[in-house]
This record gives sequence, structure tokens and C-alpha cells, in this order.
Amino acid sequence: MQSPISSNDAAMSQAIGHGDGHGHGHGEHPDLRMLGFTLFLISEGMLFVGLFVAYLTYRAAAPAWPPAGTPELEKILPAIFTVILVASSGVIMLAERALKHGDMGQFRLFWLLTTAMGTIFVAGQAYEWMHLEFGLKDGLFGGTFYVLTGFHGMHVIIGLLLQAVVFFRSFKTNHYTPASHFGVGASSLYWHFVDVVWIFLFALLYII
Amino acid sequence: MVETTQQSVEQRQPEPLGDWRCYFSFCVDHKVIGIQYLVTTFFFYLLGGALAMVIRAELMTPGAELDRSLYNGVFTIHATIMIFLWIIPTLAGFGNFLVPLMIGARDMAFPRLNALSFWMIPPGGLLLLSSFFVQSGAAGAGWTSYPPLSTQQVQVGDLLVTNFGQVIWIASVVFLGTSSILAALNFIVTIVAMRTEGMELFRMPLFCWATLTASCITLLGTPVLAGAVILLAFDLLLGTVFFNPTGGGDPVVYQHMFWFYSHPAVYIMVLPAMGIISEVLPVFSRKPIFGYKAIAISSMGIAVLGFLVWAHHMFTSGTPDWLRMFFMVTSFLIAVPTGIKVFSWLGTIWGGKLELSSAMLFAMGFVSMFVVGGLSGIMLASVPVDIHVHDTYFVVAHLHYVLFGGSVFAIYAGLYYWFPKMTGRLLNETWGKIHFALTFIGFNLCFLPMHQLGLQGMPRRVAEYAEQFQSLNVLVSIGGFLLGISTLPFLFNAIYSWLWGPKAPANPWRALTLEWTTASPPPVENFEYLPVVTAGPYEYGTVGSSPEGDTPTAISQPKS
Repeated sequence: MQSPISSNDAAMSQAIGHGDGHGHGHGEHPDLRMLGFTLFLISEGMLFVGLFVAYLTYRAAAPAWPPAGTPELEKILPAIFTVILVASSGVIMLAERALKHGDMGQFRLFWLLTTAMGTIFVAGQAYEWMHLEFGLKDGLFGGTFYVLTGFHGMHVIIGLLLQAVVFFRSFKTNHYTPASHFGVGASSLYWHFVDVVWIFLFALLYII
Repeated sequence: MVETTQQSVEQRQPEPLGDWRCYFSFCVDHKVIGIQYLVTTFFFYLLGGALAMVIRAELMTPGAELDRSLYNGVFTIHATIMIFLWIIPTLAGFGNFLVPLMIGARDMAFPRLNALSFWMIPPGGLLLLSSFFVQSGAAGAGWTSYPPLSTQQVQVGDLLVTNFGQVIWIASVVFLGTSSILAALNFIVTIVAMRTEGMELFRMPLFCWATLTASCITLLGTPVLAGAVILLAFDLLLGTVFFNPTGGGDPVVYQHMFWFYSHPAVYIMVLPAMGIISEVLPVFSRKPIFGYKAIAISSMGIAVLGFLVWAHHMFTSGTPDWLRMFFMVTSFLIAVPTGIKVFSWLGTIWGGKLELSSAMLFAMGFVSMFVVGGLSGIMLASVPVDIHVHDTYFVVAHLHYVLFGGSVFAIYAGLYYWFPKMTGRLLNETWGKIHFALTFIGFNLCFLPMHQLGLQGMPRRVAEYAEQFQSLNVLVSIGGFLLGISTLPFLFNAIYSWLWGPKAPANPWRALTLEWTTASPPPVENFEYLPVVTAGPYEYGTVGSSPEGDTPTAISQPKS
């Protein structure tokens, strides 16, 4: 564990010497940034864990879920959008693979496809929100549904914005190379995270 | 600052870090950031202390002198400042200054993120204070902000308005929480990946172990608090019913989410403090620390157990019996790793050649006062006792023995110990001892009688009380004012010494950890050459050391 660090002394001091922790000096060991980003996502995940457990607690205590008078949630359409979102996680992996092979054209194609699929998911969610018969203030059922899907939707939108930034940066010469592409790796990891959270959320809200 | 850094890299010469202006800039050097943290948070400490003086002045008499909702605001903001703007960030300040130096790194893993974490604190603090000036008044539901108290509308004149003071409190806590999450992930990456050659995990100074552990708690716990207060904000602002029983919600869910973070937060506030103690005791006992591995691993034990005890704060919240039993047992279990630490510290000073410097006095003050807080903690962990003293001054006494007798004593120990390293100047020891004596007497005068008040049934968080409690309350208030006065010799000493104190050598305490192998204050990149570590950090008085003093067991050598 120590030896790669000491061999990176030069790179390290270069990074600090430029007063820029995210400058090219750190490009020598992108693993640290990925480690930091992964820790951040673990922390972010705990936010969802907290909300999920609160949801389960409410649900366990409720006499009926959904409460009497509120229709069951429509499942077919959300299931289709779920498939699209989960599939987009595979597409973004294809994009990453293309980048590792140095094929920028294919990378951009798959990357854009991911963004498109994510956008369809958000649009689907917006459509669902507009056609639901209950609102945010309609008891715990309405409140938890909108807050949980809303929190997740916000994360999807952030993921899409990250993808847009990466897409435009990919046109800069040598900004992302097969060996060094932290921005691509991080936004891809973020996308997988958003995806996994949704799988849990879909199971909680629609299936059980 | 960027220019300064570049320049010094070219010259490769140890020099003090820039001029005073860099302390007011977005500087990315971990040492500057550490000092920014320490000074800013001390400012908030004085502010929180001033609010405590207001509380103690009010409680000199049984009647209410202050407007009651203002009094509620005062104790709420007092606690919030002390937790989120003093103890947690000030320990992060120590971590920032010390961790890279102690593990032989040139900086933290993410210097800009580091500066960002710091610069979120002043606005977060000002935001919190601004809640005194909104129409609805400051948040007044205590630092726990339990609904439905915190979500009630407040009366302003003839109108009922949304409690914006509470909204500001929520925003501020989320903001400060984000800052501490970012700092924590930076600590973890730095400690895991940036240790110098030979710095094995089990050769790390115990302060680094403590910071690593506390950072894991911050990373996993803080988001749950954010979730709780965000739901609270929804209830306040948008009329949802998460915690509102009239709409089917459940206020106890808030309590669970809140304490899931806030009990482990106690360990965020005390583990790094224990780390400081583990550095100070062996140096001034001139003995190797007793049970190095036991102390390191017991921190991890405390962290894991710490996530399994939260509902001991909720024994009177309708928690079912079987659950109370579970949380009572897990809370008792915490005493085991804590006891391991305390006995290790006693083993360290046992038979040592003690040097009663100010740092050592505060460290020993920590051990003794923390034990008192730990004992009352065990009493509170047992359901039958807790049911009687819940929400009385017994709890107030307990938490102050842990957080003041614990954390703050350790912070002072750390300040006396590392001040020469940070500033390049020595503090005056006589003034330090006066400071210790005043603090120790004031502290016990203030908080010891609170146990009795609590056992007699005086409730916390109220401005008025029955007349029979007055004499003890006057005693408590006198102790409180003495505690307030006790900061003055420290302030005077710190400011005077920083400007005109005698110059400090690189290693005034003959300590063995890596931060003492470099100049005081350390140069921009910490070490001229990265040290290669060949032995543990606490080998005092063992083979190879001369009677005059130990020499650091790290080799500084040029790299080929």
C-alpha cells in the first residue's frame, strides 16, 4: 500500500505545488479520486437507507397500504421505465468499454444513448406524477411516494447533467484517454448508483 | 496562496506559511485549513459560551426574566453551536493539521475539497445565528428539534406563522453536515492511501486511528440526520404529515432517525478527543503507550456498537419493552471498549516519569472527568434509572461531563500540546496552569450539582423552576461564570504567545510522532524529504533511546 505512494512522490508534490488538487498531477493516481467518490456515494446511499427504513416503518404500522379510497399504483408503465433505466446501466458500460479501446465515436454514441434512456425515465416519471390521483399532502402514502421518487428523480437529473458535462468535454482533445478518464468513470459509477437505488425503490413502492 | 506555494517548491526551503492574508483566503494547504478551522470554531465556542452565560444568569432566580421563547432559542442555539460549530469542526481542525503530518504525507488527498469543507462552516454558522433575527424567533425546540414541538406554528402578535427559525436551523444543520461528510471522506482517503513508506496501519499514531474511525461514523451517520431534518422541513413548509400524528404520521420515527445519527455523533465528538489524549499521555509520561492495538481496535468497537444503541435516548418514547432491553444491553456493552481505553491510559501513566505540563494536566483532567461522565452514562443506560431522570438536569450533567469534561478538556490538551507546532511559538506554562485550575474548578462547580438537581427532579430546558432548587442553581451559575472567565487566561496566553512568545524548537516535548520531525511551523510541503518510518510512534524510554531524551524513530533521507 505504501510503495505506490512513495513512487508517486514526484506526482504528488507536483499536484500540491500547483496548488491544485484536481490538476493533472492527480491524474497519476486516479484511483484516489475514485475512492473518494465511492465513499461519497456510500454516504449518499445512507440517506436513501434512512428514508427507506422510515418508509418501511410507516408501512408496517399502517392499517392499510395504500389507505382505503386510494387506488393501487399502476405497475405496467413504471415497470417499462424501470427496464429502460436498468438497461441504460449496461449501455453506459459499453460506452466505457469503447473509451478504453480508444473508440471515441462509439463512446459518444453509447454515452448519448444512456442520456437519452435516462431522459425517457425522467419523462416517464413526470408523466406518472401528473396522472396520479393523490398528492404530496395525502397522508403518509402520498408523502412518502413523492418524497422518495422525487429524491431519486433529483439524483437521476444530476446524473444526466454529469453525463452532459462529460459529453461536451469529450470533444476536447485528449480530455479523456483510454488510460485516464476520471470524469467518465465517476459519472458512470454515479449512474449505476442511481440505478441500484431505483431497483430498491421500485421494489418497495410498487411490488411489495 | 497558490503563488506562495509554487515559489516555495522552487526554492525547496522551509518557510512559514505566507502572511496572515492567506488565512482569509481559499487556501488549499492542510495546515492553513486546520488553523482556519481551529480559530473559527473557537470563535463559535465563545459565542456558544456567551449563550450559556445567558442561560445561567436566567437560572439564578426561580422566575423567568427573559421572554420564554427567547430562552428556548438561547439554549437551542447554545447546544447547536457547541455540537455543530465547535466540537465536531474543531476536532476536524486538529485532523486537518495533524493527519498528513502524522502519516508523512504532503497534504490531504483532496486539498480543494478540504478548503471547501472549511469554507462551508462560517456561512453555516452565520445562517444559524441569523435565526435570532427572523420574525418567528430562533429555533426553540432544543437541539433535538423533536416534532411536534418543532413543527408547530408560532405566535407573532395576533398571527400564527410558520416557524422560520426552525427552517433556518434545518438548513444550517444540513449545510454543516455536508461539510463534515466531505471532511470525513477526505480523512479516510488520506489515511488509507497516502501513508508514507513504513507507516503501516498499526504504526499510525492513535490520533489517526481515532480520526479514521470517527470519519467512518460521520460518513455513515450524517446522511440519516439529513434525511430526518429534510422530512421535518417538508412537514414544516409543505404540510406533509411524516411526523404529524393527526395526519397519520409518527413523531417517534423522527426520534429514531435523529438518534441513529446523534448518538454515534457523541463518538464523532469523543473519539478524536481520545486520540489526542493517546498522543499526550505517553509523551509526558515518557513511557510507551499501554495497549496500542487495544486502543486502536476498541475505537472500531465503539464505532460499531455506537450504531446499535440509539434508542436508549427513547426509553420514555413508548419504546416497547423488548426493544428497551436490547438497547439497554448494547449501551452497557459500550463500557467495555471504553474501559479498555481508560485502563490503557492509566497503564500508560502508571510508573511513568510524569511531567505535569498544561497539556498533561488537561489530558489527565479528561481521563478523570470522562470517567465520571461514563459512569453517569451507564446509570442512564439502565431503563429503570432513565425513566426517573429522563429530561432532568441529571442528563444535562451527564452530557456535559462527556462533552466538556471529555471533548473540551481534550481539545485544550491538544491546543497546548500542538500550539508550538502550529505557530512556531511556545505558550506560557504558568498561564496554562492557571487556565487549567480555573477550568477544572469551574467545570465541576457548574456540572456536579446538576446531578443532584436532576435526581431531585428539576426538568431541563425550562426557564422557571421550583424555589427549592434555587441554592444549588446559584452554585451552578457561579461555576458557569467561573468557567466563562476561565477562557480569558487561555485567550490572553494564546494571542500573546502567538505574537510575542518564545520561538519553539522543532520538537519541544521530545515526542516521537512524525509531525515533530519537521520544523515548527512546518514548511509548505511538510517535510523536506518524505520520512521513512522504521518503528512505532510511542517507543519512549525503550532500547536505543538516551537518558536525555528519545529521538524520533523515522529516518529523513533524500530519495534517489
